[in-house]
Amino acid sequence: MEKLLKLLENDATLTPKELALMLSKEEGDIKDMIRRLEKDGVILGYQAIIDWDKTEKETVTALIEVKVMPQRDDGFDKIAEKIQNYPEIKGLYLMSGGFDFTVLIEGRTMKEVAYFVARKLAPIEFVTATATHFVLKTYKYNGVIYNSPKKDLRESDSI
Amino acid sequence: MMDHELMLSDTLKDIKPSGIRKFFDLLADMGDVTALTVGQPDFVTPWHIREAAIQSLERGHTYYTSNSGLPELRGEVTKYMKRRFSLDYSPEEVLITVGGSEAIDVAVRALVNPGDEVIIPMPSFVCYEPIARMAGATPVIINTRAENGFKLTADELRAAITPKTKLLVLPYPNNPTGAILDRDELEALADVIRDTNIAILSDEIYAELTFGKTHVSIASIDGMRERTIIASGFSKAYAMTGWRLGYLIAPKTWIKQMTKLHQYAIMCAPTVSQFAAVEALKNGDEDIAEMRAEYNRRRVFIAEGLREIGLPVMMPEGAFYIYPYIGGFGLTSEEFCQRLLMEEKCAIVPGTAFGECGEGYARISYAYSVKHISEALEKIKRFVDKLK
Repeated sequence: MEKLLKLLENDATLTPKELALMLSKEEGDIKDMIRRLEKDGVILGYQAIIDWDKTEKETVTALIEVKVMPQRDDGFDKIAEKIQNYPEIKGLYLMSGGFDFTVLIEGRTMKEVAYFVARKLAPIEFVTATATHFVLKTYKYNGVIYNSPKKDLRESDSI
Repeated sequence: MMDHELMLSDTLKDIKPSGIRKFFDLLADMGDVTALTVGQPDFVTPWHIREAAIQSLERGHTYYTSNSGLPELRGEVTKYMKRRFSLDYSPEEVLITVGGSEAIDVAVRALVNPGDEVIIPMPSFVCYEPIARMAGATPVIINTRAENGFKLTADELRAAITPKTKLLVLPYPNNPTGAILDRDELEALADVIRDTNIAILSDEIYAELTFGKTHVSIASIDGMRERTIIASGFSKAYAMTGWRLGYLIAPKTWIKQMTKLHQYAIMCAPTVSQFAAVEALKNGDEDIAEMRAEYNRRRVFIAEGLREIGLPVMMPEGAFYIYPYIGGFGLTSEEFCQRLLMEEKCAIVPGTAFGECGEGYARISYAYSVKHISEALEKIKRFVDKLK
């Protein structure tokens, strides 16, 4: 199970047939396992890792530190629920240390992100402070180094 | 005008250039080809090993080491042999070389006199025969057989031994067939050789890449240690081909003489690589295990893929090659591989590159990603379907 997940985490385009051969299992069993993992919410989705800087699309990413007043009974979860539904928000983490949440947000321009923070995020009840950090360049994400050579550097004509 | 051809060593001139050159020249000119040809890992050397090398440079370790290699590295090699293969050696029995290739060259040259016979099972890596010839020895080729899984048998060995036999090359885990020798098979060979004065050169460069079984060295068989030279290195196990680092393990008297050869020809193995290798041996066991697991997945994948295409193939137990039979279509191995290259832009190596007995076979390397292998298999399938 863990091996299957590792393989998919690394390359979600592997077909059940390929996975079956790599794990010495039946193709049908692999399909069943994947279906169950999806149903149980272990596998939550499949996405491509895209270097948007190589496209025409303008995009900026910001990391926002958010301080809040935690609520009795509900703790942080209630506030998180209020934050997480904005489609602009790509990531939300509860943190230890000097602030409470890290919000990962994507927008077309810095202005758009700044507006979002000022108009949507900061006014949320119990949010007491925000600090916005813009990402200048992505070097590595999810284990993938962005500018690593895609070409096979080995000479194919040596034994 | 000097006749350059005439000036060359006769022995060298008599050595046939590697037959594969022609094929590789063709391949080099082709551009965008799905190749399954390379004999080296597709992994980059693990970062902690590269980092150790960088650190050694930062600290100014840019001198020669002692001729036989860093004492620390030789010590780590002995610990590793103990840990992985239950072999007891002292650092004085280890010589650090420039790759497994130099190790093989030094071992052969240190032992043979002109006229001595060197037994070489084939198919196997391309270097043994020319090295033996350059040392003035007579290569005695044993063509191992498909029905024996390309393993050298005791009978074949017995038949090849003459009073002139000095050295037996034992190329297992085998490139190109992926065959390995189990303990009982090694015992049988040891029985043939035990009461002779024949030395063994065991090329164990792929020792870490065996699947489902741990490699057994002939040195661990009763009576064999005293006559065994182990040639190995870091290239395959740690994905360190470009570092050019290997080693020889042999009885002290032999290592002493081999060190002489190594000293005059090479001086010492690259210092930066030696520091990297210390780190590899100290903290690299997990890297090996991970890479082995990945190769294993690809092995199963490609074997099944080739069978589906209808190419008979033995399940390889070691290294990262698979050796299918491609002889059923009225083409020689070279013709098959050349047409596959021209018509489908997919490159595999004709078996004949590894000895005449490779006719009818091809070596396919699976040191590639599963996606790449998948793509190549599709091309091979299209080609084979056309031939059928």
